[in-house]
Amino acid sequence: MASDLATYLLTSVGLVFFVAGTVGLLRFPDTWSRLHALTKADNLGLGFIALGLVFQAGDWVTVAKLALIWALALLAAGTAAQLVARAALTDMASRGTDPDANAKPDPNADGEARK
Amino acid sequence: MSGVFFDAVLCALILAAALAAVAGRGLFRAVVFFILYGVLVATAWLRLDAIDVALAEAAIGAGLTGVLLLGAVARLARTGARAHDPPLAVVLTAGLAATGMTAVLGWSFLELPPPQGLQEAVAASLPDSGVENPVTAVLLNFRAWDTLLESIVLLAALIGVWSLTRDEAWGAPAGIPQHVRPGGVLSTFGRVLPPIGVLIGVYLVWAGASRAGGAFQGGTVLAAVILLAAMAGVLRPPRVTARRWRMALVAGPVVFLLAGLAGLGAGAFLTIPPVHAKPLILTIEAALTLSIAVTLALAVLGPPEDAAAAPSPDAKGEER
Repeated sequence: MASDLATYLLTSVGLVFFVAGTVGLLRFPDTWSRLHALTKADNLGLGFIALGLVFQAGDWVTVAKLALIWALALLAAGTAAQLVARAALTDMASRGTDPDANAKPDPNADGEARK
Repeated sequence: MSGVFFDAVLCALILAAALAAVAGRGLFRAVVFFILYGVLVATAWLRLDAIDVALAEAAIGAGLTGVLLLGAVARLARTGARAHDPPLAVVLTAGLAATGMTAVLGWSFLELPPPQGLQEAVAASLPDSGVENPVTAVLLNFRAWDTLLESIVLLAALIGVWSLTRDEAWGAPAGIPQHVRPGGVLSTFGRVLPPIGVLIGVYLVWAGASRAGGAFQGGTVLAAVILLAAMAGVLRPPRVTARRWRMALVAGPVVFLLAGLAGLGAGAFLTIPPVHAKPLILTIEAALTLSIAVTLALAVLGPPEDAAAAPSPDAKGEER
C-alpha cells in the first residue's frame, strides 16, 4: 500500500518535470534554452518515473534494469544536447545571425536547407 | 478500462505522427516524424504482445531507416539539391491511392473468415524445431527459405548502394569522411556505448532461441554499434574492397546455403534434422547476425565518396 503511494507520488513528480520540459520546449526563445528545458524532462522526469516504478518491481533484476534504462537515457540525452548545441553554434557562426530561424517565418528554416 | 484509454491515445498519436510525416512541410521534419511514428508503432506492437515485431520495428523501422533517411536529407543539402513540393494533383492522387488501399485492406480483414492461423501447427512441431521461440522456429526452420532469400536481398541492396560510387572514389572507406573533435562528447559517447551495445546485440541473438529476439534484431543493434563507432571516429569506416569485411558480408548467406545443402542428405534442401536442429540454427543465426550487422552498417554509411582516400589508379587493380 505504502509502495503504491510512493509510486503515485514519484511518478507524479516525474510527470510535472515532463510537462514543464514540454512547455519550455514550446515556449523558450532559442535553441539553448529549449535544450535546457528538454534535458530537465529527460534527466529528472525520467529519473523520478523510474524511481517510482522501483516500488513496483518484484526483484532486484528489475530495479537494475530500470536504473540502466535511466543511466543510458541520461547518457544519450546529454550527448545529443551537447551536439545539438554545438551544431546551433556552428550554424550561427556560418550565418552570422540568430540561430533560431524557427521563431521567424524564414523560408530557409526547414532542415534540408540547413548546412 | 485504462488499457482502452491508453490504446486510444496511442492510436491517435500514431495517426497524428503519420499525418505530420506525410503532410508536413520540409524533409527534415518529415523524417523526424517518421522516426517518431516508428517508435509509436513499436509500442503498439508491444501492446499486441508481438515483442519480436516490436523489437524489429524499433531497431530497423525507426532506428536504422531513420538514420538512413537523415543521411539522405543531409546529402541533398550537401549537393545543393532542393526538394520541391510535388504538385497538388500528385499529392491528391497519392492520397487517394493510399486511402483506397487502406479501405481495401480494412474491408478484406473484416470480410475474411475468422483466421484459423498456423499457431497450432507451429506449436505441434515446436519440439522438433530445436528452439523454444515459435517466431525463431518459423524464421529459421519451418520457413527457412524466406529468411535465406531475405539475407541475400540485403546483400543485393548493398551492391546497389555501392554501384553508385564514382570511379575515382572506389576503394576509399565507405561513406563521407567523418569529422570528430578528439576528446569531444561524440568521441567519448562512441567509446562508452559500443560495449553495452555489443552486449545487448549478442544477448538478443542468444535469447532469440527461447524468447523474443533473433538475428535481425540483434544484428541491427550491432549495426548501430558499428555506425556509432564510425561516426565517433573510433572505428575507421571499412574500405569497400577490404576482403575481411566482404567475408563478413557473405558469411551469413554462405553458412545458411551450406546448411541447406547439408539438408539434402537428410531429404531435401534446407531440411533441418531435429537431432542437430539447435546447434545448426544457432550457427546459422550467429553467421547471419554478423552479415546483417555489417551489411546494414555499410548500407547506411553509403558508397565511398572521398576520392582523395582512394588508392591510386595503377594500384587499383590489386585487391587487398
